[in-house]
Amino acid sequence: MPLRDVAIVGFAQSASVRRESSKNEVEMLMPVLREAKRQAGLRGSDIGVTVSGSCDYLAGQPFAFVSALDAVGAWPPIVESHVEMDGAWALYEAWVKLQTGEADAALVYAFGKSSMGDLPEVLTIQLDPYTTAPLWPDAVSLAALQARAYLEKTGTSERDLAAVAVRSRRAAAANPMAQVRASADVDALLATPYLASPLRTHDCPPISDGCAAIVLACGAAVKKSAATPVWIRGIDHRIEAHALGVRDLAASPSTRLAGEKAGVGTGRIDLAELHAPFTHQELILRAALGLGADVDVNPSGGALAANPMMVAGLLRIGEAAARLAGGAGRRAVAHATSGPCLQQNLVCVLERD
Amino acid sequence: MSEITSITTPIRLDYTYTAGHATQRFLLGMAEGRILGQRCPECAKVYVPPRGACPKCGVPTTDEVEVTGKGTVTTFCIVRIPSDVLSVPPPFTCAHVLLDGADLPFFALIQECEFDKVRMGMRVEAVWAPKAELAATFESIRYFRPIAEPDAPYESYKEHL
Repeated sequence: MPLRDVAIVGFAQSASVRRESSKNEVEMLMPVLREAKRQAGLRGSDIGVTVSGSCDYLAGQPFAFVSALDAVGAWPPIVESHVEMDGAWALYEAWVKLQTGEADAALVYAFGKSSMGDLPEVLTIQLDPYTTAPLWPDAVSLAALQARAYLEKTGTSERDLAAVAVRSRRAAAANPMAQVRASADVDALLATPYLASPLRTHDCPPISDGCAAIVLACGAAVKKSAATPVWIRGIDHRIEAHALGVRDLAASPSTRLAGEKAGVGTGRIDLAELHAPFTHQELILRAALGLGADVDVNPSGGALAANPMMVAGLLRIGEAAARLAGGAGRRAVAHATSGPCLQQNLVCVLERD
Repeated sequence: MSEITSITTPIRLDYTYTAGHATQRFLLGMAEGRILGQRCPECAKVYVPPRGACPKCGVPTTDEVEVTGKGTVTTFCIVRIPSDVLSVPPPFTCAHVLLDGADLPFFALIQECEFDKVRMGMRVEAVWAPKAELAATFESIRYFRPIAEPDAPYESYKEHL
């Protein structure tokens, strides 16, 4: 049980687009940070800690995350931290900081402009630099290895995968911030060529530019906020071995364990936002978290509809919280992933009063 | 068996830089021989070059401000090692130049002056590339040179050190 109850009291995001060619990261972030703080009813001086998630390899600039601080207004000097990871892990760090009692409100943000470089190549250099990266396996090919292992082990069909894509993309029609917001039917999708067998284009995420921000609060800061608080009841993250060959790619034991630690199974789940950039990964995650057919999965459209790198995990937490605050349910699971083939996973249980 | 001490794994990544609205305005100004900055609506500081945000207030800087090429050396250093980038032989002097009307000094080369005559408060002006060579780059300003004006008093730039 957390020492302090922490609530999400603000969430904002930019629209996810294939290429944001006019605004730089700071210009993208400013309206999003402002909107998240407005929802929270908190000013910059109320924020005790700021944590961001991003990747300098996406920007191609060292310390790009420091430049992004121009959007925050770091004066007088602020308490700040950065993770070279998805913003969901920045939220975890902020949550820990709030647990220590050193701050009562936190600003968490994430940004990623994948359009500035060649994303598959950028993702390749996160692999082992001596034996794997020199072969340049791209992210889609690695996901395809995992998809093959999963289909063969479970008897799942490519038709089942296409059904995940259709449901996600059609759900995104109601999400104006998503990028892919419509879908042909399953038969039409299955008639398209493979990208990396067994994966077709619809099994893969779009390449997106985007950013998002969440404001966390506890204690008096929650009462000060006008927003409907959505409480973080449990949060945990787990990582698996770096070498893909030593993992069972058809399952996600790190997600299962993080879900147990976060308390997913201790009550009814109304909806889930799962960070599954590839269709088969949604099915692996559902199984790992024990989510039944009655759970509304990725009502936002998920990462198959909008996948800004370093942001899409934080988006899952924000989207789930926004839906609970809007009355779509009382208890939700949000999940974020990082690395190839669901290497590292974070699970968060959210609840409304 | 010999010990492996190194391997070569070439990596090259290419990026398309997004300047952003504010820097784009600044760079287009450079191509016209103009220096464009932006003013913060909250603290009124003028940023040259502008990045679209006030880094102190965290708000968009929307008002465009044009400043001249005249300014003041706020601090400087004498470089005695050869530069791969600058085509001037050492020793030479680099300085922080605060343009009149701006609140953000920037790094600049000082020329047409003995390297050891540069001092804090010295008044300088931009020397532009020939008109035909002006382009959307900071390099349109070749360097700064002294002008015949009394040194600026310390109080006028002490906030910008």
